[in-house]
Amino acid sequence: MKFEYNVEGGDFLNAGNASGNIKKVLKKLNVDTGVLKRVVVALYEAEVNIVAHAYRGKITADISPKRIEIVLDDEGPGIPDIGLAMQQGYSTASTKVREMGFGAGMGLPNIKANVDDMKIETEVGKGTKLTLSFNLE
Amino acid sequence: MKISEIATLLNAKIVCGEEFSDREIEKAFASDLMSDVLTTPFDNGILITGLANPQSIRTADMMDVSAIILARKKKATEEMISLAQENDAVIIECPLSVYHISGILYTHGLSPVY
Repeated sequence: MKFEYNVEGGDFLNAGNASGNIKKVLKKLNVDTGVLKRVVVALYEAEVNIVAHAYRGKITADISPKRIEIVLDDEGPGIPDIGLAMQQGYSTASTKVREMGFGAGMGLPNIKANVDDMKIETEVGKGTKLTLSFNLE
Repeated sequence: MKISEIATLLNAKIVCGEEFSDREIEKAFASDLMSDVLTTPFDNGILITGLANPQSIRTADMMDVSAIILARKKKATEEMISLAQENDAVIIECPLSVYHISGILYTHGLSPVY
């Protein structure tokens, strides 16, 4: 089962639409509540990251009985130093992002804490592709 | 504690989701930083925040939080109310500070998350 959503950079009004929709789908599919919570927290943080840092992006969720794989592929500035970005408290977020209740340097560490597997592919000046995997068995 | 009792204790106004005011709340968490809320599971709890924008409603939905108290005289925007209606969430507007709200609810037996 595949779902696709487009995300616009800077559109804070709709930030979380994709995560909210995927949450509804997973609830209908009776996905274990513990896994469901991990998926929505990681996905929402990652969706907010696209809105906060990128120009635009696409979220693809692939749900099978054994696993959930979510790819967040954005066109944006990329991450120059992934090690630094993974450090809790490090942030390059704008004032606008902070006003929205984010930008404290907790996004990527919080995503990592909630997934079974995470892959970051990034190119400075082009964008970032984040692949999040969750096991259902 | 029921949401309606919380609103009475705080002399606050339920501006959305009045029909869910019988929900029982056991725990509360106070933060303006949504990333902190996202690291703190408190299903069916109440979020006390001064952050009056759609992200507080979204975050509450992601965490299955039953109700949101907007502190410091903050008002819910139309976007927040429509999002809360979609998610069956309750919004309470309260003129008191986060500290004051937390103190009242704590002394009346509402537990902290940790």
